[in-house]
Amino acid sequence: MTDQTAQAPEVELYGALKDKEPPKEPRSQWRDVWDQFRKHKGALIGGGFLLFITLAILIGPLIWTVDAKQLDIRNKDMRPIYTALWDSTARVSWVKPLGSDNLGRDILATLLAGGRASMAVGWTAMLLALSIGTAIGVCAGYFRRLDGPLMRFTDLFLSLPILPLLLVAVTLFRQPLRANFGPETGMFILIVGVIGITSWMQTARIVRGEILALKEREFILAARSIGTTPAKIIRRHLLPNVISPIMVSATLGLATAIITESALSFLGVGFPSDFPTWGKLLSDAVPRMEDFPERVMLPGILISLTVLSVNYLGDGLRDALDPRIRGR
Amino acid sequence: MLTYTIRRLVLSIPTLLFISIVIFLLLQLAPGDPMAQVPLTVPPEVKQKMREALGLGQPIHVQYWKWLVQFFWIEPQVLVDWATRDSWLFGWLPDTTLSEGKLRVISWQSRSPVMDIVVQRMPQTLWVVGMSYIVGILIALPIGIYSAYKQYSLFDQAGTFVSMIGFSIPPFFSGVLVIVIFSVNLGWFPSIYDTTHVVTDWASFKIQLNQMILPVMVLALQTTAQISRFMRSSMLDNLNQDYVRTARAKGLKESVVVLVHVLRNSMIPIITVIALGVPSVFGGAIITETLFKVNGIGQLLLTALFANDLPMVMTLTFIFAVLIVLFNLIADVLYGVLDPRIRYD
Repeated sequence: MTDQTAQAPEVELYGALKDKEPPKEPRSQWRDVWDQFRKHKGALIGGGFLLFITLAILIGPLIWTVDAKQLDIRNKDMRPIYTALWDSTARVSWVKPLGSDNLGRDILATLLAGGRASMAVGWTAMLLALSIGTAIGVCAGYFRRLDGPLMRFTDLFLSLPILPLLLVAVTLFRQPLRANFGPETGMFILIVGVIGITSWMQTARIVRGEILALKEREFILAARSIGTTPAKIIRRHLLPNVISPIMVSATLGLATAIITESALSFLGVGFPSDFPTWGKLLSDAVPRMEDFPERVMLPGILISLTVLSVNYLGDGLRDALDPRIRGR
Repeated sequence: MLTYTIRRLVLSIPTLLFISIVIFLLLQLAPGDPMAQVPLTVPPEVKQKMREALGLGQPIHVQYWKWLVQFFWIEPQVLVDWATRDSWLFGWLPDTTLSEGKLRVISWQSRSPVMDIVVQRMPQTLWVVGMSYIVGILIALPIGIYSAYKQYSLFDQAGTFVSMIGFSIPPFFSGVLVIVIFSVNLGWFPSIYDTTHVVTDWASFKIQLNQMILPVMVLALQTTAQISRFMRSSMLDNLNQDYVRTARAKGLKESVVVLVHVLRNSMIPIITVIALGVPSVFGGAIITETLFKVNGIGQLLLTALFANDLPMVMTLTFIFAVLIVLFNLIADVLYGVLDPRIRYD
């Protein structure tokens, strides 16, 4: 390759071996994944929206610096600014672009703060469930002796009634955790903990299946024959190969965690009422939704759009990360 | 097949026992006090006596054993007594008094047997939830079949999008949404489900139908979203099989090929999916029942939780667990019965 001119006559002898076109640039695996991912319009839009929401809740409070807990009784029950388009008698003001609630708290600010809480719960619970699921799946798949007990354990967890148990756990353990860690941190630990502990089963099953198949491949045999320890085989050889199913179940986990947290808040067992999350905002607004439908709609639409975009993202990731579909 | 069913039934006993222990220990670890509602003027020694009367003074394993006996031994006896006394099927049998004078699982809230309250609440849940599940399936199946038959058509794309929305909109938002649209703005349907309403004639039946539409719609959206996706992929798996080509080559009509040959084979996995979904619908109904104020078992569980009524919570959660285990079993057995290629033994 280095001195092609000198070797040129020789290559001509083997004309069939010569490339008709100049060799393509070497492509990394992640570049292929990205190219496939780009073809899925829904996933692209979903990913973009998720990025937008994440940036909005992270940077938004720096731009819109109103405190979400600031009471402003004089400006209570304002309607969003767009209501003025069809209702000229509505109380609107640019000071409160999305209106204010019955205590005069700014809705835009509470939505941003609520989004922070919801996303934080969603991401942490998903990471917790993912690490439990991956650990159990890897152990069950790699160590034959652990397979039976761990999978029976997973089956038992799968037959637990999740929503009733979540309600039980959250209602009953609220007081001690609040007393130990303060009302907000305590609830955060509790909700993230119970969601994580009750949603790892699917990940564990998928990871176990993948590991069982990978374990029999030659490169694992090669690694074992040179004396690699099981811990190293798992870290260096197995985990990188199961990263794609884990990523797909991560997106599903994020969606369910956000929905579960909102459902708990909606049923009144979530965060304290001065700590807004999207589900909490929605449920607080339900009694007066006839007069102020936007207070229900805005958080509801945000939850639904976030979950929808996460679901589409997962759909696209599944296609992009599957080497059999990629390139078609 | 029979041996498989029996083996699974036997295996489900330790599973259920384990689940009941988990729930029981969870409730025991919880710091709630059933005496919290009792006025502060009641002296502490009286409170202690009340606690003992509720069976709280005993060690945990005794309490657990008592609950087991009450739930698995005395409650069936009550059922037998009722069957021989009042039911039309076994009413002719001599009346039995197996459960007379025995202590049943008592709710701490109302001091009446838990199972009696559950039986009272069950019809509301079954009506709303069961109806919505059936409606959801009836809508989902044709959608799934047609979008598989016309894969990548406009209808298919729209179906995919709608079911994605069905997955993504949580029931507490879709419920609020339909209340705002149909109850507040249009005023077509009531937003509160009136469980005292009795159907006697056509007019009252129409009222009943009217108040059921919204909760059924919310629950059915979720069912439809899931099952139509499964139906579509199951049909797609079968549509490219060799036997379909054979059927077409024989000169069968397209409708016969799709609706008889392909559909029958595609229904096998769908039926197990439908069976597996039943318990989760009961679980999801907790939110819908709260939203539309249906006083079914979901709402019962929620009120019992807030009132620290541990026997009620324990029994209800366990009933949910029994439903899950039972329908898992039904799904597996049905799969084996319907598909002769599957052999468990």
